[in-house]
Amino acid sequence: MRARLKMVKVETKLFLRDSATVIFGVLFPTGLLLGLGAIPALRESPPETGGLRSIDIWAPTALVFGMVMIAVQHVPAVIATYRERGILRRLSTTPAHPRSVLLAQMIVAFASVVVSAALMIFLAWAVLDIAPPERPLEFAVAFVVGYAALLGLGMISAAVARTSSAANQIGTFLFVALMFFGGAFLPRVLMPDVLREAGEFLPPGLQTLTAAWSAEAGEITATAGGQPFWLQIAIMAGVAVTASAVAAKFFRWE
Amino acid sequence: MTALEVRNLHKRYGQHVAVEDVSFTVEAGEIFGIIGSNGAGKTTTVESIAGLRTPDSGSISVLGLDPVKDRAEVRERLGVQLQESSLPDAIKVAEALELYSSFYRDPVDWRELMELLGLTEKRNTRYKALSGGQKQRLSIALALVGNPKVAILDELTTGLDPQARRDTWGLIEQVRDSGVTILLVTHFMDEAERLSDRIAVIDGGRVAAVDTPAGLIAQASAMQRVRFRVSQPLDSSVLTELSDVADVEVTGDRWLVTGRGQLLSIVAGALARAQVVAQDLRVDRRNLDDAFVAFTGRAPESPERSERKAD
Repeated sequence: MRARLKMVKVETKLFLRDSATVIFGVLFPTGLLLGLGAIPALRESPPETGGLRSIDIWAPTALVFGMVMIAVQHVPAVIATYRERGILRRLSTTPAHPRSVLLAQMIVAFASVVVSAALMIFLAWAVLDIAPPERPLEFAVAFVVGYAALLGLGMISAAVARTSSAANQIGTFLFVALMFFGGAFLPRVLMPDVLREAGEFLPPGLQTLTAAWSAEAGEITATAGGQPFWLQIAIMAGVAVTASAVAAKFFRWE
Repeated sequence: MTALEVRNLHKRYGQHVAVEDVSFTVEAGEIFGIIGSNGAGKTTTVESIAGLRTPDSGSISVLGLDPVKDRAEVRERLGVQLQESSLPDAIKVAEALELYSSFYRDPVDWRELMELLGLTEKRNTRYKALSGGQKQRLSIALALVGNPKVAILDELTTGLDPQARRDTWGLIEQVRDSGVTILLVTHFMDEAERLSDRIAVIDGGRVAAVDTPAGLIAQASAMQRVRFRVSQPLDSSVLTELSDVADVEVTGDRWLVTGRGQLLSIVAGALARAQVVAQDLRVDRRNLDDAFVAFTGRAPESPERSERKAD
């Protein structure tokens, strides 16, 4: 227990010393939202959205940015580095199992995502007057399950990547792909239905986050053939379990 | 008391036999050296002792425990410093020591260990910013922080400058004097000769010889060589008539005498009787390099060529 706590403490310090991850994974989503919120056009509420501004609809995308960054880029890169540099191997020669460092790593990464989300939701409300999630419980479930699905994908990358640079490449590819479907490059309201529907099956399940945050925004981004909220959650949970199982099967300690 | 016993260890990876048949015993309190070329089976042997590999056949006992069956207990008592394993770049010296000490049931005081290894000044330095010698000292400290009875040190001084190597050697002797049995794996002959009480020469997955460094050298060559220079004329029969002298070679004013026994005093005596003043009279000391060649049929690798390798 003492070793576990120490490990989490040390991993927290290491995380905080990695300034690129702190900036891009934790602070950037908030910065991005505030930056876009400074553009007057995005703060206008056209009649067809029922009074919602573009920034209200787009806010969950900024949230997803941080989640994806941590789950598919940061965590796999750290784990691949730990393997490549013999850190996991070295831990196997001590009474601590190398599993404990992976666990500590995941705890810290999850905490960072929670901090990132809390910071963003608070400042979005304080500065841009974007209301906090309307259905907090559903939002929390969508957040945790969606993050778990993303982390599952990240862990597959960590399991199969031979080197840290390979993990980085896979991470970047996943990041760009997931952020495309997450509406970072093209707002989801402008996407054809098929792309929007794909977003319901891809982690972290942006539609569930949007709907739980604001029912009105959820209606705008939902498609005619869209799945109900809890079914989408179930799909994400399925992705999380399947991906984790695959990662566990292929994971190499050295 | 036996600290470590390896009996008929055999390990293969697919078709490739990494270790054919290795047996040796390490007594408590010894520094036991393992020397061999790259790919001779040193690393696999050590990894099997550390419980990272399961032998295909044969048995290993660490303080009477089996590294696979009694995994947890062996890990408490065996300190391992592995080749090519490092730490996260951003971890600080004191943090790494404190973290690793938390893994063990009965660790030593990591602050004292940090002092002993001369790392106290660097306690707040990140791993990435340490010099090669400091990283190596930290690595040794991490292997010792659990208060082990036996420590494995693999390729301890690879990549270190000569001064750092000598400092590290001094440190290993201190550690042994504190009662830790040490298994030292190296391909540096000078290191093995200087530190080891006994050495196993591993070649082609087998133990070619086990003895003290002096014993190995003596086994490998009974012959000695004495060199000197003379500026006056000297009849070689003065030396060739001596019973212990096997051969005399003369190149200009340089003489090389090969023979047995107390060759140096025999030659010096004969020269004195012939009233010849020899200059630069000396014995060619046979070293472990020569013995290594004799046992394995290949030259030990030079430090320059063997920077980093995967074996």
